[in-house]
Amino acid sequence: MKNTLQSPYSQWMDDDAPETDVVISSRARLARSLAGYPFPHRLSPEQAEQVIQAAGLAVRHAEFRARFGDVELTRMTELSPVDRWILVEKHLVSPGFLKNTGKSFECKGLVLTPDERLSIMVNEEDHLRVQCLLPGLQLEAAAGTADEADSLLEKTLDFAFSDRIGYLTACPTNVGTGLRTSVMVHLPALVLLGQVKEALTTVSRLGLTVRGLFGEGTDVVGNLFQVSNQVTLGHREFEIIDNLASVTRQVIEQERSARQQLVRQMPVVLRDRVGRALGILKHAHTLGMEEAMRLISDVRLGVTAGLLKGPPSRVLLELMVITRPSYLVKTSGRELSPPEWDELRATLVRNLVNAHSGGDPEKRDGPEEGEEGGESP
Amino acid sequence: MICERCKQQPASVHYTEVINNQKRQMYLCPGCAEEAQRAFDLGAPLNLHNLLAGLMGPGAAKELPEKETEFRCETCGLAGAAFGQSGLLGCGGCYQYFGERLEALLKRIHGSTRHTGKVPQRSRNKYLLIQEVDRLRAQMREAVENEEFERAAALRDAIRDLQQRLA
Repeated sequence: MKNTLQSPYSQWMDDDAPETDVVISSRARLARSLAGYPFPHRLSPEQAEQVIQAAGLAVRHAEFRARFGDVELTRMTELSPVDRWILVEKHLVSPGFLKNTGKSFECKGLVLTPDERLSIMVNEEDHLRVQCLLPGLQLEAAAGTADEADSLLEKTLDFAFSDRIGYLTACPTNVGTGLRTSVMVHLPALVLLGQVKEALTTVSRLGLTVRGLFGEGTDVVGNLFQVSNQVTLGHREFEIIDNLASVTRQVIEQERSARQQLVRQMPVVLRDRVGRALGILKHAHTLGMEEAMRLISDVRLGVTAGLLKGPPSRVLLELMVITRPSYLVKTSGRELSPPEWDELRATLVRNLVNAHSGGDPEKRDGPEEGEEGGESP
Repeated sequence: MICERCKQQPASVHYTEVINNQKRQMYLCPGCAEEAQRAFDLGAPLNLHNLLAGLMGPGAAKELPEKETEFRCETCGLAGAAFGQSGLLGCGGCYQYFGERLEALLKRIHGSTRHTGKVPQRSRNKYLLIQEVDRLRAQMREAVENEEFERAAALRDAIRDLQQRLA
């Protein structure tokens, strides 16, 4: 957990995965409830404590550890508010998980495997939310890992299950398989050509939903979109996965052809745009968050379309975490005024981009760690 | 600055609307801003849970508050009205107690009311029996339609046996 909070890098940012030019990451999440307990929003403090204890026992089970390594269960109350938000910015917990800071908050926890691929939110909307996050388009692998974890947990825990409607969840939109699969896609060319709306409307006709960067109810930033299945009941897990995967493949094709179209039709305009973006990231001394996200998106477009020799994609994703407020606060170790934020953001971005431009693209650990001398104690 | 909408009054409101992720910003006069606001005002803020509550049909909390409070889950005591407000059920038992109304809701959300996916190991045997009963029932209906009454009777007995094992 300590490493997770210190480094802006996560394994899901890896470029060495299928279709990373368009698909950033794939996620599979299973919602599970413990039989005999009310759902988390109706738990008494004692019951909530029992749920988190049971989850802790289940992940310490020998078989679970043999498969997933030395997992730890961290209570949200053990973390500073800034650290909690870093988990959101790295997409390891949902923003909603940090709300409700009442009594129940003491029993909210996160199980994380050392490689950050598997995480389990305890006492979120459901007792357990088992999530696997992998880089690129790897929905089957992500769902497979979540399923394995679920089967191992089941050896210790008794899940609420109905023979008719499957796994029971607090919200009827998750009932049945409890499976929500999603992909995070980067669609800068479709956005530039004004075709993204059309493409995504088609997607939503196929039983899928499109959301912003951090899931339900969040904005689209940096041309990143989250596409996920809506229906969880009445289809088998593999059908849900196949449906999303095949639609994602079509979105990938559309984005790729949009990129080619841009390169063909307006090579100068596009090169200028992505080149300027890289220039600003390399040399700016103040950067707003939205501006940073927009520029990172442009540079990523330039790099993936082969127009630009810039930092590899995973560094750009790392930059997207670095530019978010929590990470900045963590790095500086103190409260910052807005101009100070923009300055620190620009400094961190500059250092990381310069360390990865023209240099050895394989070298990931740039001098960013501790460079500002402000790594929080 | 002049209002971008009526182009007459001075603008004093910075109005942002987001439709399908398309953000539009305008400078409006107070009158136009209010009007624009009203066009989008759907009463309660539209979120998933409100939407679910609405989908429960005539049981929406606003319309039948008294009747709703009578209707409670026997396991956890969650009232229908509370579900109407939060869109969240109280416990696994609610799925049974809110049975028919929830079934209609599930049909609307998922287009189905029947789980066909993974089954936990410890529920597997029972689940398989239930599947078998469903399968035999379909066969029995088919037999009746084809006027194969002997076969239908045999199937009926088989179903009865299985149901006894389930109970």
